[in-house]
Amino acid sequence: MTQAAQQAAIPDEQAEIDAGAGPDPNYNFAYLDEQTKRMIRRAMLKAVAIPGYQVPFASREMPMPYGWGTGGVQVTASIIGPDDVLKVIDQGADDTTNAVSIRQFFERTTDVETTTRTEDASIIQTRHRIPEKALSEDQILVYQVPIPEPLRFLEPRESETRKMHALGEYGLMHVKLYEDIATHGHIATTYAYPVKVNGHYIMDPSPTPKFDNPKMHRMPALQLFGAGREKRIYAIPPHTAVYSLDFEDHPFDVQQWEQPCEICGATDTFLDEVVTDDRGGRMFVCSDTDHCTRDQEAAE
Amino acid sequence: MIGADAKAAGSDLNGTGAPNAGFDNPVLQSQAMYRKLLGAMAQPGRILSCELSLDVPAPLWPTTAAAALTLLDFDTPLWLNPGAAAAPALGNYLRFHSGCPLVEATGNAAFAIISDPAELPPLDSFAAGTDEYPDRSATLLIQVERLDDSRGVILRGPGIECKQTLQAKGLPQGFWQQVQENHAGFPRGVDMIFCAQNQIAALPRSTQVEV
Amino acid sequence: MYVAVKGGEAAINEAHKLLAEERRGDPSVSELSVDQIDEQLSLAVDRVMTEGSLYDRKLAALAIKQARGDLIEAIFLIRAYRTTLPRFGSSSPVDTAAMGIRRRISATFKDIPGGQILGPTFDYTHRLLDFKLAAEGDGGHGNSLDEDAGSIDEKVLLDEAMPRVVDLLKHEGLIEDERPGDDDDDVGDLTREPMSFPVERDIRLQNLARGDEGFLLALGYSTQRGYGRSHPFAGEIRLGEVAVEFTPEDLGFPIEIGELTLTECQMVNQFKGSAEAPPQFTRGYGLSFGHCERKVIAMALVDRALKGRALGETVEGPAQDEEFVMEHSDNIQATGFVEHLKLPHYVDFQSELELVRKMRRKMARADADNANNEIVEAAE
Repeated sequence: MTQAAQQAAIPDEQAEIDAGAGPDPNYNFAYLDEQTKRMIRRAMLKAVAIPGYQVPFASREMPMPYGWGTGGVQVTASIIGPDDVLKVIDQGADDTTNAVSIRQFFERTTDVETTTRTEDASIIQTRHRIPEKALSEDQILVYQVPIPEPLRFLEPRESETRKMHALGEYGLMHVKLYEDIATHGHIATTYAYPVKVNGHYIMDPSPTPKFDNPKMHRMPALQLFGAGREKRIYAIPPHTAVYSLDFEDHPFDVQQWEQPCEICGATDTFLDEVVTDDRGGRMFVCSDTDHCTRDQEAAE
Repeated sequence: MIGADAKAAGSDLNGTGAPNAGFDNPVLQSQAMYRKLLGAMAQPGRILSCELSLDVPAPLWPTTAAAALTLLDFDTPLWLNPGAAAAPALGNYLRFHSGCPLVEATGNAAFAIISDPAELPPLDSFAAGTDEYPDRSATLLIQVERLDDSRGVILRGPGIECKQTLQAKGLPQGFWQQVQENHAGFPRGVDMIFCAQNQIAALPRSTQVEV
Repeated sequence: MYVAVKGGEAAINEAHKLLAEERRGDPSVSELSVDQIDEQLSLAVDRVMTEGSLYDRKLAALAIKQARGDLIEAIFLIRAYRTTLPRFGSSSPVDTAAMGIRRRISATFKDIPGGQILGPTFDYTHRLLDFKLAAEGDGGHGNSLDEDAGSIDEKVLLDEAMPRVVDLLKHEGLIEDERPGDDDDDVGDLTREPMSFPVERDIRLQNLARGDEGFLLALGYSTQRGYGRSHPFAGEIRLGEVAVEFTPEDLGFPIEIGELTLTECQMVNQFKGSAEAPPQFTRGYGLSFGHCERKVIAMALVDRALKGRALGETVEGPAQDEEFVMEHSDNIQATGFVEHLKLPHYVDFQSELELVRKMRRKMARADADNANNEIVEAAE
């Protein structure tokens, strides 16, 4: 672990409590029992071997609510080891309450190093964003997924959507996107924008903004997706082709802002809108807080 | 007889018939081994070294044994090639440490250990899953004498930036053609993990092979 | 200058302190003990055990205390604890025909061998608030509505044999036969393997037994109102204790390891018959830990409704739709996903804001163009 990462380690108070304490002896390392880890590990190997396919797994009941990252937590718990350095983000930020809660869970059950610095992390668990900084082959990105089935809102029945995937019958999805164009002049899906993985399966990238979709394409890091409530795991191996669905006359495009980040001045990042008063005052700042802080530091 | 078998299997050093020891620290060692397996599957053809100090019954190698201890349990029916099945110490070892049921028919196996690649059955005799559930397919642990990624067949596909070469010593005639057929059936198919003395490499069904 | 919001960790810690304080309430009021909850809020304990799928009264009572009486939160605590417990194996099936009966009623026959046993029921209480209970110290027995009832010694008076009413119908061949499937040694467990549809009945019953009482109640009610009608009769509802037997691997024969309190409902439903099956009665089944009578009746209605497809009935009501019922019955899954809307979604919301603004700008431009055209036309 680099010195930089040590400096960035989460608040001092917590560090003092945890220093050298080791993982909580009341629970197995990373909470899950070994049989559960094996079951999840086997599912992940199949997920990696069949990119974009949703592998059913016997998701466990975790000590945090369904819909709050239980899938991502189970994936992370099944891969994490004492040498890992973990980063957890929600909405791009390390300090959002649920990211803090998940990071604390792993600090308690594994005692691994944690960091906010993207490049220092070996495992990054995320909800709703992909870090701005490009990831490397040595990293694993774990996504928390609420609804893994990209066709679910077109067809609520699993028995039907599974057939559609098996037959590659994705016409319904194209029709839906084209209806958007007919009604609005463009595709009205802005997040959880469907992608095609390695030219085969249509996959839900989790509710990340479509701004992040291009980062998935040929990403050097392994991407793992865990949906706890829906009991599915899927994956994109490194360097895999990931295309956002579009039409020749309506190519895929991403969100753009008219102003730079007001904190760091970045013009190429996803911006959060912050309401500053009740008279229409607002400003735009980076959603990736690590990226923003570091840009600022670099500027100073 | 028991002694003779055990001797042939190169195990049972204390003569009690007890199986060889498994991992010293099952939780952390299986985690470390799993990351190797995951890394191998995610980067097909890439050779990862595994330095293991495991006392294992012949004809298993430490890499194969570690992969088995990491992935197998009572939920995973296992098929052994005849040479491996004939070594009782090996069956005892796997049953004792993982509790996995041994099956006779390749088609019923979730995992297979092939200690001698000359005894590798046709790939399509193993479960390939269905179009709706392609994950219900076998994973083969194939022991090979040597792995070399500086030459051999050319691999392309997910997990590979441009292309990757791979050679595995001792594979039967026509093996790579079977791998091509396995890939052609995507998303159905089997996935393979090659285990050399202290190295592993994987070949999932998603990989295209050019001979 | 604006500084990004920080302090999530400190906020969480403070929230936990406030929660502990609120849970305790006014410290001048004496603290509730786990035993008090177990003994005096026993039906809450029963529900938490049933939907939490763990038979342990003390833990359920503790969960209720910790959850400040929020039963779904208590069920969640029990579920999260249960998932960490090791499994030793499966018990033999319990024999509810051999139940030590405390309550047993049938709506299908006026009298039955063993008789109708009313037992501890709210059924014929008048729902009038009993202000005597508000006074502290209820005189030990607490049966203030019924002071003349005297001591209760029902078990001594009851018949030994209490055959199940549905078994009586079975002897006559009037009700569908039910047998475990070929894989009866291998009882499914949806907490250990993912469901795939269509599911076997063992998984269905497990799902319903763990399912939310309110959800099953509404679905059961909907079948009575015509959304998948099944002409139900309460063949029998029984409450009591059954022995649990387990066969240890090294012993080879079953030994009794304890006793459970169970409520069972067997629903008898009319069925006119189909091409394959003669006219006969069909069944719906409900079972719970402890005394959860409303739950087992609702469960039996939904179980019967879900047989519709197999019996060749038209599937038209939500209660007959297996995937719909089973995917939405679990209140821990439901509450997690419904309540996750509390989590930040600003990234997605920002994406939508950007889109709505863009669409409005486009519309405004189009309106302006039209207005200009009209002015030009009018001028011409």
